Amino acid sequence: MHIKRIWIMFKARNWEFFRDRASFGWNFLFPFLLVAGFGILFGGKEPTAYKIGVFPEQTTGIAVASLELPDAFKKTRFLQFVGFASQNEAMEKLRHHKVDIVIRTGPPPYPYWINDSSPNGHLVEKIFQASLAGQIDSSLIQRGQIHSAEIRYIDWLFPGILAMNMMFSALWGVGYIVVRYRKNGALRRLKATPLTAFEYLSAQMLSRLFLLMFTLVVVWFGCDLVFHFHVEGSLGNIFLLFFLGSLSLTSMGLVLAARGTSEEFTTGTLNFISWPMMFLSEVWFSLEGAPEWVKHVAQAFPLTHLLTGIRRIMNDGAGLADVLPEITVLIMMTGMFLGLGAALFSWDR
Amino acid sequence: MTPILAVNNLTKTYGRLVAVNDVSFAIQAGSCFGLLGPNGAGKTTTLEVIENILPPTSGDILYKGHPRAATFKNEVGIQFQQTSLLAMLTVWETLQVFKALYEHTENLDNLVKQCQLQEFKHQRHENLSGGQRQRFLLALALVNRPQLLFLDEPSTGLDPQARRNLWDIVNAIKASGKTIILTTHYMEEAQHLCDEVAIMDHGRIIARGAPEAMIRKHCEGVTVVLPRRSFRQPLETLPLNLQEINGAVHIQTSNIDDCLKQLLSCQVDLSDMSVHSPNLEHVFLNLTGRQLRD
Repeated sequence: MHIKRIWIMFKARNWEFFRDRASFGWNFLFPFLLVAGFGILFGGKEPTAYKIGVFPEQTTGIAVASLELPDAFKKTRFLQFVGFASQNEAMEKLRHHKVDIVIRTGPPPYPYWINDSSPNGHLVEKIFQASLAGQIDSSLIQRGQIHSAEIRYIDWLFPGILAMNMMFSALWGVGYIVVRYRKNGALRRLKATPLTAFEYLSAQMLSRLFLLMFTLVVVWFGCDLVFHFHVEGSLGNIFLLFFLGSLSLTSMGLVLAARGTSEEFTTGTLNFISWPMMFLSEVWFSLEGAPEWVKHVAQAFPLTHLLTGIRRIMNDGAGLADVLPEITVLIMMTGMFLGLGAALFSWDR
Repeated sequence: MTPILAVNNLTKTYGRLVAVNDVSFAIQAGSCFGLLGPNGAGKTTTLEVIENILPPTSGDILYKGHPRAATFKNEVGIQFQQTSLLAMLTVWETLQVFKALYEHTENLDNLVKQCQLQEFKHQRHENLSGGQRQRFLLALALVNRPQLLFLDEPSTGLDPQARRNLWDIVNAIKASGKTIILTTHYMEEAQHLCDEVAIMDHGRIIARGAPEAMIRKHCEGVTVVLPRRSFRQPLETLPLNLQEINGAVHIQTSNIDDCLKQLLSCQVDLSDMSVHSPNLEHVFLNLTGRQLRD
């Protein structure tokens, strides 16, 4: 392996990226526009139905009609009931603003809890109380309250948009570009030189990692100037997770880049992978309340683990030890993708 | 003396299609060897198998008497017939990239001068004209000071002036002692540059030797060319060695006086007649009954 060769290919790819002004600008503009758009449209509030956590209930296929809760409350529109097996699980979600209220089902009185920093929680409490036809006494309800820092929708969404941008940039910037180079014969020209496939792929990966992290830093601090994000945990840990996520997503791009000379086919494959990954990895909305199988499918995507880890650090103040499972999965996925990409790579087929 | 390159019984197939069929030849160091033939004859495939870009189906390729080793890529320079390069880079930057991929390299300033790229070295390579691009691709092939240089159709698509210009550069490279293998379907290019040529057709070598010797061996005298409309009678009734190709009648003769007398006696209109010395095109014509660019 020659570091000199990797270095020159790394530089060449970076020259190409920085000189392609349209795509270079878009890489910065796109995430900023998305964040700004959501910030303006929703004013930092999540645009979804109110989520009611109930326990002890089954976690899948919850039958709302059979819940032991006031009928008027169950029939209220725009409420989504999410079942939890235990109070602890439900309270954890309440702390993380993934549900707006937690209610224990059963015969009255109904104990319920809200997060004092959640405006939605206070609104749902009013709806719940209204459903009891004004009988707000201890024989019917028992109020509980927890406190955790307020997390605006934009605080929750922001890492998702950055990770999504990272995913598209990694998959298209490596997968699509290498296939285009294979199709137009540029890889064939490089094959005629002493450059090895390992050196070439390493350079592609390092270049993309550099560009992703560069973009991340610029977009992060640029958006923070406008939106003043609330970060509970360490910024260093967040960037470490982003780095591991970039590594994993870029390696995934290398697998897609390993074979093929058809840009159309590669576009289809990239869309087939990136769109489900974007929707199922909780970029835009929480999967709380979604069917279990959907949550299982989501675990197959590196973006899911990247976002889970980053949101735990950013929104909940988790440390590195707390996100060790996500770190481990990302490293394992990177290893698997790299092995597969290297084994399948061809210069001209 | 051991040839710098020896190709023995090389065959390359794609499924049932035989692209290269039992091809053998050897090249001495310092010479210029041409593979001549029409499009689809198997020239580029032969070259790419020798370059180690494609694997052979069967046959041996010996470089300096031995199978090609890992160092082979360091010692050869390749100019592909069709290629793309890393986008958005200037001529100079692309040369720097390729220079960094090799161990022993040419001074880039000298290379730029040799290939007449001084004016364009800070231009993006995508913006070069046809002739400039071919000279640039040649410079890339020379960046590692190769002992053996492969040029695949180096002047295809160039205007006559650009082609002459390129030939001058190739002749200078040849004079510096490098061995050159080139493919072309321009017989004039082969005659101008090559010490030895092999004519390929349908994947096989059908003739091989020095250009002048091949012409002497396969063509006699001169070729008289007349439009078909100059003849009133059916061609097969004429007592001449002639062939009709693309509306023109080619008559080969070792005695121009007798030929003209015969044509006049047959009342052929000679007003559009032209006379040509034989060249490799005629060799190919005589061997296959077709023109090189049919």
